[in-house]
Amino acid sequence: MTTRYTEDHEWITVEGDIATVGITAYAAGQLGDVVFVELPEVGKTLAKGDEFAVVESVKAASEVYAPVDGEITAINDSLEGEPATVNEDPSGAGWFVKIKLSDASQLDGLMDEAAYNAHTA
Amino acid sequence: MGMNTQGRPTRMAENIATGGYADTVSGSRGLEQAEPLIFERGNLEHCGVDLPEPKNSQTRLGGLDRQGQIGLPGLAEPETMRHYVRLSRKNYAIDLGLYPLGSCTMKHNPRLNEKIARLPGFADIHPMQPASTVQGAYALMGELAHWLMTLTNMPAVALSPKAGAHGEFCGMMAIRAKLDADGQTNRRRVLVPESAHGTNPATAVQCGFTVDEIPADATGRVDMEAFKAKLGDDVAGIMLTNPNTCGLFERDIREIADLIHEAGGYFYCDGANFNAIVGRVRPGDLGVDAMHINLHKTFSTPHGGGGPGSGPTVLSDALAPFAPVPYVAQTEKGSWHLVEHESEAEGEPFGRMAAFHGQMGMFTRALTYMMSHGSDGLKQVADDAVLNANYIQARLKHVMTQAFDGYCMHEALFDDRFLKDTGVSTLDFAKAMIDEGYHPMTMYFPLVVHGAMLIEPTETESKGGLDRFTEVLEALALAAKSGEKDRFLAAPVHAPTKRLDETRAARQPVLRWTPSSDDLEAAE
Amino acid sequence: MRYLPHTQTDRKAMLDTIGVASIDELFTDVPEAARLDGLIDLPTKQSELQVERSLSALAAQNISAGQAPFFVGAGAYKHHVPATVDHLIQRSEFLTAYTPYQPEISQGTLQTLFEFQTQVALLTGMDVANASMYDGSTACAEAVMMAARVTRRNKAIMAGGVHPHYVEASKTLAKYSDVEIAVTDPGKADLSELIAAIDDETACVVVQTPDVFGRLHDLREISKVAHEKGALVIAAFTECVSLGLVESPGAMGADIAVGEGQSIGVGLNFGGPYVGLFACKDDRRFIRQMPGRLAGETVDADGRRGYVLTLSTREQHIRRDKATSNICTNSGLCSLAWTIHMTLLGETGIKTLARLNHETACDLADLLETVPGVRLVNSSFFNEFTIELPKNADEVVNDLARHGVLGGVPASRLFPGQFENYLIVAATETNTPEDLAVFAKALAGVL
Repeated sequence: MTTRYTEDHEWITVEGDIATVGITAYAAGQLGDVVFVELPEVGKTLAKGDEFAVVESVKAASEVYAPVDGEITAINDSLEGEPATVNEDPSGAGWFVKIKLSDASQLDGLMDEAAYNAHTA
Repeated sequence: MGMNTQGRPTRMAENIATGGYADTVSGSRGLEQAEPLIFERGNLEHCGVDLPEPKNSQTRLGGLDRQGQIGLPGLAEPETMRHYVRLSRKNYAIDLGLYPLGSCTMKHNPRLNEKIARLPGFADIHPMQPASTVQGAYALMGELAHWLMTLTNMPAVALSPKAGAHGEFCGMMAIRAKLDADGQTNRRRVLVPESAHGTNPATAVQCGFTVDEIPADATGRVDMEAFKAKLGDDVAGIMLTNPNTCGLFERDIREIADLIHEAGGYFYCDGANFNAIVGRVRPGDLGVDAMHINLHKTFSTPHGGGGPGSGPTVLSDALAPFAPVPYVAQTEKGSWHLVEHESEAEGEPFGRMAAFHGQMGMFTRALTYMMSHGSDGLKQVADDAVLNANYIQARLKHVMTQAFDGYCMHEALFDDRFLKDTGVSTLDFAKAMIDEGYHPMTMYFPLVVHGAMLIEPTETESKGGLDRFTEVLEALALAAKSGEKDRFLAAPVHAPTKRLDETRAARQPVLRWTPSSDDLEAAE
Repeated sequence: MRYLPHTQTDRKAMLDTIGVASIDELFTDVPEAARLDGLIDLPTKQSELQVERSLSALAAQNISAGQAPFFVGAGAYKHHVPATVDHLIQRSEFLTAYTPYQPEISQGTLQTLFEFQTQVALLTGMDVANASMYDGSTACAEAVMMAARVTRRNKAIMAGGVHPHYVEASKTLAKYSDVEIAVTDPGKADLSELIAAIDDETACVVVQTPDVFGRLHDLREISKVAHEKGALVIAAFTECVSLGLVESPGAMGADIAVGEGQSIGVGLNFGGPYVGLFACKDDRRFIRQMPGRLAGETVDADGRRGYVLTLSTREQHIRRDKATSNICTNSGLCSLAWTIHMTLLGETGIKTLARLNHETACDLADLLETVPGVRLVNSSFFNEFTIELPKNADEVVNDLARHGVLGGVPASRLFPGQFENYLIVAATETNTPEDLAVFAKALAGVL
């Protein structure tokens, strides 16, 4: 199980051919208190770079982009009632979606933790 | 009323729940009077109007008589008066003091305008009366149009848009209609500076365009190289605010107009900041194709806590044929009428923007304002508005950080560099102004400047008033720099409320009053 | 100039502080070709007395609603507005405040908006309402666009009885979007054509009740059909007083209710400013797609109740090109007038007012039907109905005006080339029995 990061501050953790995606603690911190997360429908097919979710604070709304190609297999329904989870546990309970990967090799183009930390430093 | 063991009333928690103070029995503090919602004050039997008893209960409603109660509480007239007067005292207002919201042009609202707007011959006439009975009203619209076209040196004006954003929609729809009429169906990209009001990109999208942002250069103006690089045969036009939202005149505006025209596009000017140049510079001389004029800014119709506004939109010869219906027209004999339908219009109107023909109540006020000032007074408006903003900038630039070098137009823009390492943010600084009795400036806009503070004093502030204001801001800036952080973070402490929890409001939206279970039981 | 506080001495001192010799030095960024030498060719400044004199003369050329027996409606209605309303909206703290962007010093505006939203929701039978739109027509247009976003469909069907200005405003807003708007035959009294047109691609149907001819429509059947097909029902109204007597959109199954609030508190104003009412169901999908401002309840740092503008990420100043609407300024002061008038009325007042309107209209209909050649078109109505005349209604209206009666709106003014003998007539609580008699007599005289 490895975690990769995008320049747009999404994280992606892969187990088998299923990737879990969320936004990083850095991104959550920049947004401030998250008040709403708009998630896509299960079954939606994404191409890398597609906008698939919107995360909102009181004064800002940010699009979240697909880090890889794939199909949405699950969404984190609990965020609807508890958007604060994104602030409290961004890389755990605050996950957004699970994506069935179409092309695992796309992960190679993403940053590892050290590279991401350097990116946000 | 509950009692504690000492026999004193315990209303404190209830006071808090309805917005009152906890340290008095009543929840009020002297003249700061707590005021619950009408739903907590009134009930379904109270009524503040006297109406005759209906004669009978027969209806011809086709069986659609409303069933059950509506749930609307009423109040007698004295109670109504107190409710709203008490609430009014929790508002800041231009009549109470300087209201330096950048880009909002909060100037004095002359009361003559209110008086004229309320003349029954203007206020108590119906938009669908026969033309013969409203000649004076049409003539007033014609006169207003004449003033607006002359002040802008533009050949046409659409009066019907109901606010600035509606005017933007009018102008961009005219551009879209013109492009389509010319077969320019590939032109769908609109250039919008990063510093633009949010209404600009929102409007462009409403007209079926896509938005392409142009960065600002180091002087706070359109980056000309970036602008030129974005021109192409898919460009529909540019939406540019001038003076721009950094409070600066776009020096290259004529070149921008020429280049956008050469590229086959049109120039929409956001006229929100017209107050800086009214009577001095005519947008028609700058190559503008369309521009809305906020009558509720430049021409002083009151903001009313968020509206109503009015956004007449001047149009160039190229766009005028596409102006929306309805509009007023005059026959050779001098009588006025309304052109209401596309089939009657001379050009090819893009449609109708709203019911009827515009914000008459704003037209009367704005024309009153214009006639009061005259061409000389309006030029003095621009002069004094620009003088006041530069005076503020000159008196504060040594303690606050001016965002861009040079003189400004009608508003002075500062950033938050002067607050670096103080632990005080732009928001905290603004809230501290509230404790000093001032409404804060526009914060965090424009987006091109970090922690922006945009101050627009307008021309109706006196020198003495500006001296006091700048002394207060200077003292606050020095206080922030000298480590008095806590005072800022706690602010405001002297306002009707402390800082409000906006996160809670957005996470668990409560958008209306609903009866509690106790109320419902009581009703049964 | 009476509104400008500076003396020449002040100006000189300020220029010195700035470090320039003249005001012109502050305008040097203006391209030379656009600098004006002198004044623009318009009259120069005038005193209060002069301005009042000339504008009063223009006002005097108009015949106001209070000067004549008055029966004009079709989207705007003459009602009595209590004196308290105009006094209160002229309180400086309401009149000269901006949009409540700083909630700590805007609780007056914010609490009244919260109360307004609640009253609109109650009156329309809906769950939530926004803080107002420009007017009923633009509220209607925004509702159509919202329904398309909520359903992710792009076909809207509007009943032919929807006020043509509302239809046209909606078509204009949708013109360059992917939303298509179809309109059914305005002559059809029932909704059968509309119901039959609903299919699996329909985003919404729009029905106005009372409609532009004054006819009332039961929305229950169309709501059932629309909901089965996944479409939304938008109920529109131009006369909000009707809701004191007629079943509410919410009770009849509507998903969104939009309409004109002008009748309560606002006055005729020759067409504007008015106040658009916009209400919908309490469904997160709906609320997040609503246009315009929303006031919401919260608490301050001491835990005391207070109000803020909320869910702003829908709006243009944050969402920019992805906003639900471009609206910024709305009808703030008119919504204040509306809420004050509604507070004075309360439950008993609005119901009585509605009943008086209906009663006056019933009396007028009965009376006009006695005029030879006049036929009542409506089988149901609230305070407005349509009569068929034996001749062109436009000519009749002009003839009536010459006899000092403002006798309604010819339907052909709204539907060019159609319904040429139809006259739309409104009656309200402001009409006396004498007004009705004068109208009937004048009508008989000109036919």
